[in-house]
Amino acid sequence: MKKNEVPQDKGNLSNNKMKELVYAIDENGNYTTALSTGWEPKTIALSNSIDEISERIAVAKVQVKNNEVSPIVYFMEYSRMDIAVLSSYVGMWKWQVKRHFKPKVFAKLSDKILLKYAGTFNISIAELRNFKID
Amino acid sequence: MESNFTHHQSAHCENGVASNLLKHNGLDISEPMVFGIGSGLFFVYLPFLKVNYAPAISYRPMPGLIFNRLAKRLGLKIKRQKFSSEANAVKALDTNLKNNIPSGLQVGVYNLTYFPDEYRFHFNAHNLVVYGKTDTDYLISDPVMENVTTLTHDELRKVRFAKGAFAPRGQIYYPIQIPETVNLKSAIIKGIKNTCRDMLAPMPIIGVRGMRLVARQIRKWPTKHGVKKANHYLAQMVRMQEEIGTGGGGFRFIYAAFLQEASVILENEKLKEMSQEMTIIGDLWRDFAVEASRVYKNRSTKADVYNTIADQLLNIADKEEVFFKKLNKTIS
Repeated sequence: MKKNEVPQDKGNLSNNKMKELVYAIDENGNYTTALSTGWEPKTIALSNSIDEISERIAVAKVQVKNNEVSPIVYFMEYSRMDIAVLSSYVGMWKWQVKRHFKPKVFAKLSDKILLKYAGTFNISIAELRNFKID
Repeated sequence: MESNFTHHQSAHCENGVASNLLKHNGLDISEPMVFGIGSGLFFVYLPFLKVNYAPAISYRPMPGLIFNRLAKRLGLKIKRQKFSSEANAVKALDTNLKNNIPSGLQVGVYNLTYFPDEYRFHFNAHNLVVYGKTDTDYLISDPVMENVTTLTHDELRKVRFAKGAFAPRGQIYYPIQIPETVNLKSAIIKGIKNTCRDMLAPMPIIGVRGMRLVARQIRKWPTKHGVKKANHYLAQMVRMQEEIGTGGGGFRFIYAAFLQEASVILENEKLKEMSQEMTIIGDLWRDFAVEASRVYKNRSTKADVYNTIADQLLNIADKEEVFFKKLNKTIS
């Protein structure tokens, strides 16, 4: 990549003025560094992931509303986690976490366990327990 | 408390932390040198490990390995500590800062509040330097940022004890001994040999063979998983390729910069030619990313586009195989 080819596309996702450092060759063929404001293929890839997450959150919302899954699922998606990450944050096995996805099991969970989830999601126990989708 | 630490921005976090910490300790070493000697160029495909619901592809070795190899090859001593107790982790860092020792940390990205929201995923192999502390904040030199920044005490605790794959467990590292003179020449040769060995490894998931395996998988993705998932996998692959902290295309350019620097130190003109060849391969990686992004942007449904992309990846694998065989001969 030549220095004058260093992409300066708008990182359209972000208003944050973050610039990345890249290595490129100057007019004499020697390596130097340059700052890049963003690159379109990368921005598209990233927005694809963001869309994917928004979709997962929307699906979880509907499922919680229909009482198919517990609010834990919604907050897990909202926090961009999967079961593996969540189970390691709350310090439980994946099968235990999966069990807590069931609304019936969730309703009977002790405060002690709810606190682990609430702490992980940065919310209060009440917010987790009484989570309602309007 | 604040040590007189100088922040230099870098392309990749681990190289940057290593380079910045060593510069602070009087050893002037560039980011590409760290990357090359530490054999940072790598490729591994881990289909059984899912990251963001897609198979993991890593363009770099395990976190920490670059700096460790560099240290071994230059005869430096680095102290590394992990903690089971958060309190002890805080104490260790604070003691260091009190003694004016800027310290490298492995952290999770999700709670790095100074990152734009879209970058904040549960990715635990990021590196930064803490060089000071105030009543409320820690002073942070994150090598991928243009300038220094801060995190509150609680924020830093969270990122140090992020959970999930490669959980940092409060990991702290800093050089404790640097020899007066270092033998760059032998270190460079060892670094290059290691990279050639990795990229040409006779293992199906590593190096050029790993790329070929991924190429074969890409052809199957749309029929096996449906177009939606296939596009998601492809987008993830490009993200891991070009995102901060990992990097496939960008890594080729850092490596090319390293080879150029190495050609001067080893007085080997051929390495300069190899540097130019690596630059061309880096451009091919960028073309690959452009092509892949077209696929998931247009949500094309033709199975053909996946074949085109797979062919592109195969072409890169062939070029890299020739390249690393030649590079190995150049230095032996």
